[in-house]
Amino acid sequence: MSRIEIREERCKGCLLCTSVCPENILVQGNVMNSKGYKVVTCDEKKKENCRGCGFCAEICPDGAIVVFKTIKPKGTK
Amino acid sequence: MSEVLEKQVFSLPKSLKDVPTHFCPGCHHGIIHRLVAQTIDDLKLQDISICVGSVGCSVFIYDYIDVDTLEAPHGRAPAVATGIKRARPENFVFAYQGDGDLAAIGLSEIIHCANRGERVSIVFVNNTVYGMTGGQMAPTTLVGQKTTTTPYGRSSSNEGYPLKMAEMLASLEGTAFSARVAVNNIKNIIKTKKALKKAFMAQIEDVGFGFVEVLSACPTNWHLTPLEAIERIEKEMIKYFPLGIYKDKLGDKK
Amino acid sequence: MDKNKNNKERMLVKGNEAIAIGALDAGVECYFAYPITPQSDIPEYLSRELVKVGGKFLQAESEIASINMVLGAGACGKRAMTSSSSPGISLKQEGISYMAASEIPGVIVNITRGGPGLGGIQPSQGDYFQATRGGGHGDYRTMVLAPSTCQECYDLTIAAFDLAFKYRNPVLILGDAILGQMKEPITRWKERTINPNEGNEWKLTGKKGRKQRILKSLYLGDGEMEAHNLKLWKKYKSMEQDIKWEEFLVDDAEVVAVAFGSIGRIAKSSARKLREKGYKVGVFRPITLFPFPYKPLRKLAMAGKRFITIENNTGQMVEDVKLALCGITDTEFFANMPGKVSTPEDFIEPIKKMF
Repeated sequence: MSRIEIREERCKGCLLCTSVCPENILVQGNVMNSKGYKVVTCDEKKKENCRGCGFCAEICPDGAIVVFKTIKPKGTK
Repeated sequence: MSEVLEKQVFSLPKSLKDVPTHFCPGCHHGIIHRLVAQTIDDLKLQDISICVGSVGCSVFIYDYIDVDTLEAPHGRAPAVATGIKRARPENFVFAYQGDGDLAAIGLSEIIHCANRGERVSIVFVNNTVYGMTGGQMAPTTLVGQKTTTTPYGRSSSNEGYPLKMAEMLASLEGTAFSARVAVNNIKNIIKTKKALKKAFMAQIEDVGFGFVEVLSACPTNWHLTPLEAIERIEKEMIKYFPLGIYKDKLGDKK
Repeated sequence: MDKNKNNKERMLVKGNEAIAIGALDAGVECYFAYPITPQSDIPEYLSRELVKVGGKFLQAESEIASINMVLGAGACGKRAMTSSSSPGISLKQEGISYMAASEIPGVIVNITRGGPGLGGIQPSQGDYFQATRGGGHGDYRTMVLAPSTCQECYDLTIAAFDLAFKYRNPVLILGDAILGQMKEPITRWKERTINPNEGNEWKLTGKKGRKQRILKSLYLGDGEMEAHNLKLWKKYKSMEQDIKWEEFLVDDAEVVAVAFGSIGRIAKSSARKLREKGYKVGVFRPITLFPFPYKPLRKLAMAGKRFITIENNTGQMVEDVKLALCGITDTEFFANMPGKVSTPEDFIEPIKKMF
């Protein structure tokens, strides 16, 4: 499965990414970064559905999301 | 059991400095700055670019886009860009302005710059309000919209109607490319990338003046959340400011 | 075209044209302006001649646009100039402030007309304060050069460009309608040269091979504004090494008339006429109005001379004269009202009264 990493100190909790994720994986988290923003996070139950489409990173105004697309899933040759 | 093979897709453009920005949460300047930097990278312009910064929330553009930059007085960026391009036609010259800078105080400069067909490219960020100064009326404020200087809502009889810059500049002979786009969803972001590229190509291919108006959100001064703000763009702003390409002298190339 | 004994070109030209020719020979590459009487000869001349030498000419949509084009071209290290008259110079003030703040060189020519407001196209010296006391906002200074002959119009324009780049500052040439419109022969002594390396350390060219350069004037960080203003202050003080002035028949003079520009020149004629009648009159003519030649003027005061300041306004340079004489003596003042074209006779009685 593909995945994303959130650069927590850059996230401003704007939630624009939540409006574009085709799998609705992104949700507002409860953790605040040092600037006082509630950082966005992935819903544990849904995150394996990540397609690596990169839409979240495209709309993020702060470069806070890094996207990794799986080329070869675990266990395959 | 073999490891997962993955690759990083999507990276920040080389000409965008990887630094935290001063923009409010949900401000679209962050997206637009990145798309401009991406276009600079795609067209290999970083080494020859000279950016003209303007006055507004984007005044710190030089802290974010890594190119030679000159700060212009409020509204005058198109004239400053003209001076630079006439002095150094071999450079790629672009300006980035907000709605007060371009459509209020700078209206004369942008019209004459476009009318002369100056080989410069201008990005216009339209968020229907004066952001930096705290939310006053802009020339693009919608009728009925409440701002700190139109507390009862903009009145067409007192304040006139919002200016439609992409259409206005498209009517001038010197304009080679004029489009209005938005960055409130992925489809529109893709169109914005294409429009920026064309506006920049209008300069590179010596066709004429290139202009892109980007509808943008200002959640802080709209008193909306960022998600509500992108809704407002979709439901209210696009109705008055339709997206589209209003002039394209470049045509489509393979 | 004539040649003088050194084989330099001699021409009979208007003061305005002399300025344009001086700019060409100084290596001006970009000129942007808007028409206004009585200086339109300058853009008209350059519209014909600048393109012939590979320069860029543009009639801009306003005086505001033209000063901003000069800002842009100057930021790229090109010798750029604009010209206007009084109300147009008012419009340029913000741009000049930005040029001073971002340390961008350029030459601005003011062929002063009657004012205030729309005024008229008659001569006046009513823009002295505007020229020397900033004019625009902020704690900056503009170097100001005041020619009094067509030859000086040519010479000082060349000097203006050199000084603008020496100090990375805007330089203002303060003329007036008399000077702009009168015709005199000039010697065109300079060969047009362009130095492509001028400004190499700071100009914007695209960041290839080096770090980004930013030319700006916004200073919000802790202590930044203080440091920047201190730097500018030191620069303005250092401009004193380039003060220029003329002393005419002052050595044995009892009374010295202090006057600049075309009035300075007319005062010299008045001095000659009075000398014929036995009055010991001299003229002190400041050429740099900023920096003002306080020290040489003060030296004359210490030698016991008496002073009368004559201007084509209701009293502007006289304040600088008072500053120069402060503590030693004072100056009388004679206002040649704006709009009145002076003759040497006009100053005879006021100077005579000093005796």
